[in-house]
Amino acid sequence: METLEVRGVSVSFDGRKVLEDVSVTLRKGELVCLLGVSGGGKTTLFNVISGLLQPDAGQVLLDEEDITGKPGHISYMLQKDLLLPYRTIEDNVALPLLLRGVKKREARKQASALFEEFGLGGTEKLWPSQLSGGMRQRAALLRTYLFSQDVALLDEPFSALDTLTKSAIHRWYLDVMERIHLSTLFITHDMDEAVLLSDRIYLLTGQPGRITSEIVVEEPRPRRQDFNLSPEFLQYKRRIQEQLQNP
Amino acid sequence: MRSKLPAVVAVAVLLVLWQLASVSGLIPAYLLPSPVKVFQALYNDRALLAEHALVTLQEALYGLVLGVAIGFFFAVLMDAFEVLYRAVYPILILSQTIPTVAIAPLLVLWFGYEMLPKVILIILVTFFPVTVGLLDGFRSVDRDAVGLLRSMGAGRVRIFRYLKCPSAMPQFFSGLRIAAAYSVVGAVISEWLGGFAGLGVYMTRVKSAFAFDKMFAVIFLISAVSLALMAAVSLLERKCMPYRYLKDRKEDPK
Ligand SMILES: Nc1ncnc2c1ncn2[C@@H]1O[C@H](COP(=O)(O)OP(=O)(O)OP(=O)(O)O)[C@@H](O)[C@H]1O
Ligand SMILES: [Mg+2]
Repeated sequence: METLEVRGVSVSFDGRKVLEDVSVTLRKGELVCLLGVSGGGKTTLFNVISGLLQPDAGQVLLDEEDITGKPGHISYMLQKDLLLPYRTIEDNVALPLLLRGVKKREARKQASALFEEFGLGGTEKLWPSQLSGGMRQRAALLRTYLFSQDVALLDEPFSALDTLTKSAIHRWYLDVMERIHLSTLFITHDMDEAVLLSDRIYLLTGQPGRITSEIVVEEPRPRRQDFNLSPEFLQYKRRIQEQLQNP
Repeated sequence: MRSKLPAVVAVAVLLVLWQLASVSGLIPAYLLPSPVKVFQALYNDRALLAEHALVTLQEALYGLVLGVAIGFFFAVLMDAFEVLYRAVYPILILSQTIPTVAIAPLLVLWFGYEMLPKVILIILVTFFPVTVGLLDGFRSVDRDAVGLLRSMGAGRVRIFRYLKCPSAMPQFFSGLRIAAAYSVVGAVISEWLGGFAGLGVYMTRVKSAFAFDKMFAVIFLISAVSLALMAAVSLLERKCMPYRYLKDRKEDPK
């Protein structure tokens, strides 16, 4: 894919407007984040982009093609890891391939080739309940990646993790991103995470939710080791905070 | 195994008390035969009992398999079409309020004394717990998981195959275990009410002969057959859902 474009999306539930005229763009290889308060409509926007929810107005365009309300084009990792308890890790991860019609043996082979890369080596035959939270998250990420190596929506992919695991997984994720060039739009309400990972940040604020500003993080990737302790990092956070307070 | 120890001990104690009550003359032998007498009757009549038990087991299995198949069919249809659910579900509930002993003689009238009316009766009592269990399971599926599969391009058939069906397995097996117990009881009742062979028929014969030891022997046997069938279901359950019986959870492979 070259660009994913969301144009003027509005959504309401039972007459209550949740999103109003939201437009977002994601270009090839970018890591873009959607930052906003809880209940602001972030997940709702992802449901629209993934095609699960038909918006009241607006369009979703993938390389100019209208995919509004048509699921099956974009990888979507939901807010919960949703590993199916009755499938082993390798069969969970291979699910998108099976759904696409790939034979079981071939699907397992393709999946297992990436287990090491995603830090899941040796977990192939385990059940989801036997993994730690961080591993479940990585398994869900791998499943998302196997659906499409192109563009992915990640809904708060790291929010369920403790701070230490989180910063380890951030470093790992940035590292992997350098190699796999997945274009990613992800949701967070963690400012540090937003600045640390993103090329650009959209702020979604208000009731109904609108995109009130877009912040470009100029820091090159891979980020330097101590970026999260630098004055620039703090500067970005301050800007975000100001924007959130007076949109 | 340790968890079953109290139950085994309790049953043993009960049998011993019963034996003591009989031997001491507390309860007259013509009212309640002692356990030893019952086991003797069981042993002496073993060839005949085995023959009848086989007939009963066969009926129960036929009925159970067909009942499960029909239950599955109903559940899938009612899950797929909401209208059908609303129309048929109340009828299913109503059908379960009809006492078995009332339909069994009718089935004999319509279908004769052979195996058919028995199997039909067993189907009637077994499909219901299976249908209800499966429906419950289908309906309790995580909506977000459905969303996940839809986002991967799955249609209704694939969502059913990869999500709804496997998710409903725990509830299905709960229903199946009940159905297995019903199937043996159903078989015995329908034999009792008309037939040529089976433990129910044996029962009517020893009853008219006032052979209480044999009566109790066959009761023991029926319980044993039911338990064996339920154990088989549990075994199948463990085979089908190994992930629910893991010993150490959260083990780290590294
Ligand atoms: N299917 C639905 N029907 C009715 N209301 C809904 C539905 N889905 C979401 N909402 C409402 O829309 C609003 C936005 O919800 P959404 O899940 O998009 O928020 P969010 O930004 O993802 O929040 P969080 O950060 O807590 O995940 C909420 O007020 C929610 O109650
Ligand atoms: Mg959300």
